[in-house]
Amino acid sequence: MGNSVITRSAVDSAAIAGVENVRFGMVVRSVGKAGLLATPLTAYFFLWAPILLLVLFSFNDSRAVDMWRGFTLRWYTNIFSGVMGTEARFSTELMMQALSNTLLVGLVSTLIATTLGTMIALSLARSNLPGKRIIDGLMFLPVVIPEITQGVSLAIFFKIVFDFLDSSTGMRAAPGFGTIIIGHVAFNISYVAIVVRARLANMNPRLEEAANDLGANTWQTFRRITLPLIMPGIVAGGLLALTLSMDDLVITFFNAGVGTTTLPMFVYGLIKTAVTPEVNALSTLMLVFSTIVVGVSLMLQNRYTERPYTRQ
Amino acid sequence: MAARVTTRSEHKAGGILLALPALLWLGLFFLLPLIIVLIISLMSRGSGGSAVLPFTFDQYTRVFDTFWIVLQRSILVALLTTAICLVAGYPLAYFITRRKTAFGRQFALFLVILPFWTNFLIRTYAWRVILGREGLVNNALLNAGLITEPLTLLNTEFAVVLGLVYGFLPFMVLPIYASLSRFDHRYIEAANDLGANDVTSFWRIMLPLTMPGVIAGCILVFIPAIGTFVTSDLLGGTRGLMIGNLIQNQYSGNGNMPLGAALSVVMMMVVVVALLFYARFGEEKK
Repeated sequence: MGNSVITRSAVDSAAIAGVENVRFGMVVRSVGKAGLLATPLTAYFFLWAPILLLVLFSFNDSRAVDMWRGFTLRWYTNIFSGVMGTEARFSTELMMQALSNTLLVGLVSTLIATTLGTMIALSLARSNLPGKRIIDGLMFLPVVIPEITQGVSLAIFFKIVFDFLDSSTGMRAAPGFGTIIIGHVAFNISYVAIVVRARLANMNPRLEEAANDLGANTWQTFRRITLPLIMPGIVAGGLLALTLSMDDLVITFFNAGVGTTTLPMFVYGLIKTAVTPEVNALSTLMLVFSTIVVGVSLMLQNRYTERPYTRQ
Repeated sequence: MAARVTTRSEHKAGGILLALPALLWLGLFFLLPLIIVLIISLMSRGSGGSAVLPFTFDQYTRVFDTFWIVLQRSILVALLTTAICLVAGYPLAYFITRRKTAFGRQFALFLVILPFWTNFLIRTYAWRVILGREGLVNNALLNAGLITEPLTLLNTEFAVVLGLVYGFLPFMVLPIYASLSRFDHRYIEAANDLGANDVTSFWRIMLPLTMPGVIAGCILVFIPAIGTFVTSDLLGGTRGLMIGNLIQNQYSGNGNMPLGAALSVVMMMVVVVALLFYARFGEEKK
């Protein structure tokens, strides 16, 4: 008797729990649905609002980041006619100098990194190097080690080498373009090699074998078959290297010398000391520039993406 | 047969020659400096902050003693950044994969990536404009009469986390998106048919199957967040001082090179632990 009562109430409470469960499930579902829509929309807003605000305020006719007080281009003209921060070192002339330094470093380091990166990618993909796994690991390190560690360790290395040169041969060396370029190449080799290797992995090795069988020597095969086929990878890797070099602050910061300020270093000094409408205008110009670079590289990649000869 | 063998050995010699310049460059200008840092971290501080003998563990004692609070803050800020990126990034990646057309998916993805391609400094600067004492938020709140004194939003840990989430959210979204776009949504239907509710089918089916993307995303956010220097310098001030800023301080003015080296080594160790975690749990199971 007592037994059946217990069973009865157990069944009842189970049924109630079941209904509760369904109800709970429905609540969860509607909350979840709303959350699934609200979170992405908030995230998009979060990603875009700061950039758009910066652009908006670069055209606002007011020194304060406040209300909209009318459209003006004077912050833009100010950039090109004088001082844009609160200090004299942020002059138009020095900015242009920094820009040309950035381009010089970017082009030279990209050229070296693309050549060396492509070479090691070919070697890793096409021959049985001893210690290949270790080399693979080494290639990934510059991508994952924090920039600040790379920048600092390279700066210490150069200091030791320069001190040694000074004490042993009396040769005076100082950080400058050379040290910046060496640092940029050191991290960019890996990025280029990773991009080019991905392309090589997609390529059908039979094409090279066929060229060999038809009497082409190693150089001819490379020049006429391999190189044209991996060219999109090399171009993509080179563009990535150029972008990374031109945007790099941390490694440059630790290895630059007097008179080798790059644009990111200039901008860093500027935004650290001042929030002015001129800086907003300069930022907008840089945003437009990087959007154009991204657009062009996407177009280039699209043009090269038809892959009639890739491995199925 | 003989011809084949010659080609092989030629390939090998050629392969080494091709790899040599890059290996030398990386060995000399990447690996060797890291080894030097390791050695210097075990040395004593000389005049002007230089490194001198004898060898000592003093620098490491100081890192875990005097600077423990900064190290702890860096790890906490990096973990918090990773957690926020995950909670915001997963639904965002899901939203992108659920667009109906290929164009819709590409466009939704493009909207995440484009801000990410713009200069990092500029994106960080934008937050200074928004959070500053005379920034957008304070001005708006003052004008609305909601506050009488400007709030301290800039130069706080809050601003650092905000800036880091803003900077690295795409690193979380992209790998999760890659995992989710390989996920077969019919599994969810099957689970629902078998009586699982949405929460259960998410926890038991979708999350485990997209775990490689989640872990890759967490590593990709955590590593740059622990190594932050620019974001914390521009948004954190002294209250948001991170280990990266501490390292930089050791190389300017009256610095301490061995201490800076020891801090770098500790930071690298944290990164290595994160990478080992990834190697253990993050790789796709075949």
